Amino acid sequence: MAGVGSACLTVALLTALFAAGAAIYGGVRGRREWVTSGRRAVYCVAALCVAAFAILESAFLRSDFSYKLVAEGSSTSTPTFYKITAVWATQDGSLLLWATLLGLFASAVLFITRRSLRDITPWATAVLAGVAAFFLFLMVGWENPFDTLAIAPQEGNGLNPLLRHPAMMIHPPMLYTGYVGFSIPFAFAIGALIARRPGADWIRATRRFALVAWTFLGTGILLGALWSYSELGWGGYWAWDPVENASLMPWLVGTAFLHSIMVQEKRGMLKVWNVSLICTTFVLALLGTFLVRSGILDSIHAFGASTIGVQFLVFISAVLILSATLIIVRLPDLRSTARLDSLLSREAFFLLNNLVLVALALVILWGTFFPLISEALTGTESTVGPPWFNRLTTPLAIVLVLLTGIGPVLAWRKMTPSSLRRILLVPLVFTAVVLVALLALTNAADSTASLIMFCFTAFVLAVVAQEFWRGASARRVMTGEAWPRALARLMGRNRRRYGGYLVHAGIAVLFLGVAASSAFVEQRDVRLSPGESFTLGDYEVTYREATAKLGGDSSGTGAPISFGAVMDVRKGDQTFTLRPARNFYSSGDPSLGAISRFFEGEATSEVDVRWGLRRDFWLAVRPDISSLERPIREADAKFADAAGDVQALIIAALAERYRSDPPPAAFRAIVSPLVAWIWIGGAIALLGALVAAWPTPEARLRRVRALYSARLGKELSRA
Amino acid sequence: MDPSRKRKLRLGVALTAAVLLATALIYTSFSASTEASKPSEIEPGKSYEVTGKVVHGSIQKSGDDDLRFRIRDRDGTQSVPVAYSGVVPDPFRDGREVIVSGELKQGTFVAERDSLVTKCPSKFTKDEQSS
Repeated sequence: MAGVGSACLTVALLTALFAAGAAIYGGVRGRREWVTSGRRAVYCVAALCVAAFAILESAFLRSDFSYKLVAEGSSTSTPTFYKITAVWATQDGSLLLWATLLGLFASAVLFITRRSLRDITPWATAVLAGVAAFFLFLMVGWENPFDTLAIAPQEGNGLNPLLRHPAMMIHPPMLYTGYVGFSIPFAFAIGALIARRPGADWIRATRRFALVAWTFLGTGILLGALWSYSELGWGGYWAWDPVENASLMPWLVGTAFLHSIMVQEKRGMLKVWNVSLICTTFVLALLGTFLVRSGILDSIHAFGASTIGVQFLVFISAVLILSATLIIVRLPDLRSTARLDSLLSREAFFLLNNLVLVALALVILWGTFFPLISEALTGTESTVGPPWFNRLTTPLAIVLVLLTGIGPVLAWRKMTPSSLRRILLVPLVFTAVVLVALLALTNAADSTASLIMFCFTAFVLAVVAQEFWRGASARRVMTGEAWPRALARLMGRNRRRYGGYLVHAGIAVLFLGVAASSAFVEQRDVRLSPGESFTLGDYEVTYREATAKLGGDSSGTGAPISFGAVMDVRKGDQTFTLRPARNFYSSGDPSLGAISRFFEGEATSEVDVRWGLRRDFWLAVRPDISSLERPIREADAKFADAAGDVQALIIAALAERYRSDPPPAAFRAIVSPLVAWIWIGGAIALLGALVAAWPTPEARLRRVRALYSARLGKELSRA
Repeated sequence: MDPSRKRKLRLGVALTAAVLLATALIYTSFSASTEASKPSEIEPGKSYEVTGKVVHGSIQKSGDDDLRFRIRDRDGTQSVPVAYSGVVPDPFRDGREVIVSGELKQGTFVAERDSLVTKCPSKFTKDEQSS
């Protein structure tokens, strides 16, 4: 089957090249049939990629170790869920996933626009096919996922234990869907530029794709943060790691793009800005894909030395140069049809929000690439740490949240100060009340930045609530509907607007969680023996007993050995039990002893968290296995050639020894206030984005009408 | 104000903001940065962020939280002893690449508490276990 998969990729590459060529030829000569042929070729590329992906997936499921990729990234002992997802934990497999998603997205958008945008689609087809060809080229030329081994090993290496977390396995496809999704508006922007049709048509056709891409990318980033919080064992959710930054940058610029295209749709302004933004977003998305694979920047996530760094760099440079040249050449066509009337208008605030978002992305870009920049300028490689990022991004984030509240309620063109006062009065009063309450009842004043963020969050929520209230009460007056019905109808009729409000509320809530948990976190590292206890804040934690499980850790990661602790936590008259553990995975290193091999491989923290709306209690354990070192050595010497079941007996004896007489273990406890609201805010924003992206009944109607008139036109021209 | 002057003013404000941000970026990043160095490069009296590999068999635990090990250049044999206390990241092992900040005192690199970062073995390729 590996041969079939390989052939699929080669044929897909040729088909993609044909698609690009046919679309360009059809576009230049005005031959529709060639463009249609190119479009259908893109469908074929998608189908071939799906077939290749299915073949690879089935190889993983069957644990067919004659595939190099399966032998490296999976094993028979890997749980089924992680077998499925291990495909994209490998370099080659993730490239295939990228190409497959691109094929599907491109087919969807080309199918939807097959009867419209006739000037633009040939070029958009060519761009999408070109990008797909690049990824297929990488696989066919260097990173073929269907490489086979001459002698299939008995057992594979298994999936990297750190990646055995549900959030981590869904996170990459989410990110890729986001990255890939942004290639759609990019392709149509390029098409619009080449065809000299820089109106809002390309935006209307691809706006929804951009929104979907934005939603997936945002969800992916959040899942990554969740993984970091609950798997990496350090207790934080964001470390300004290059790989994290690489996913955040396109998201920020994409956010700016989603806002500024509204200005172009409504007012015919910012055309140059919009095409520049989408080109930047796409380049950053490619950069994100590239950074994970290149090894040019040091990261905790670390990258394998790769053979395709140069190719990526060439491709990114080519995209950058071509799009910049194209924008400059087409500048005369991109003149605005309107001017900014007043600074007190929605478009002015959208522009401001754009500048803040781009500034944020710029700060992160600079910090991420600072090692390279400083080496180029001063000759020594220097890095900037999280404090630097926090210091520069905090003020920008605060301004951003404020704009989140003001922007959407301003009118287009111009707003009178008196109507602004009317709209902002209630939210401002509410914010003032919150401020007074915070100062009087809590210690929020200890961190000025957080205090400002709390107030601005309250402001945004008040603005959004007021908008919903106003809209729904207007409906009630007109229709006499009950509140829930009026609210539902209101949202259903204006999905973009009220979905947008929800997103804004969600983002504000998310920042509330970030501000509270970063400024008021309490942490303690202690070493305890069973029976001892420590206090952190209002919590009293007691180490009840040690645990040692074999072959069945509670989170289903397939770890053979799991040492942990049972901890009784008391807060006031409330008690609960946490069971943090540490999983040990065996090492494949033959130079290690037969028994020590089981302890010397990877080890991962299985954190236990008491989730709460007000605060999380987070607990990790690090059992000290140094007391087992001597018995392990002895066992190594005595049972070097022991059979598997004897080894299992020895391991069980060692585990029992740890359980019955545990040495002191190291614990890290964290009390993180309001951290749950990061995930809740993210979920609200996700919901809002879904509402905004869902097709409205009117839009459906319009599409049906457009379809009919197109058919009618065809019939008439035939007649 | 007539529109063209207004536009110029706006442009001026925007450019000033951009220049301010750029200056802040450059200034703060160079002043806040720490040098990434190799174990063979460090000298006493200066703080460093050292990137290197843990020398095989050099890890020793002493006391509760204290850890001693040696790190060497990524591609070299010259190594320096490290005294570290604090949290040890999950993937810390012989031969792993680590980043640690601190200062050289009497021939030993004394690391700041909790400053140890271990690079995980690559997500995409199997770790070369014993390199």
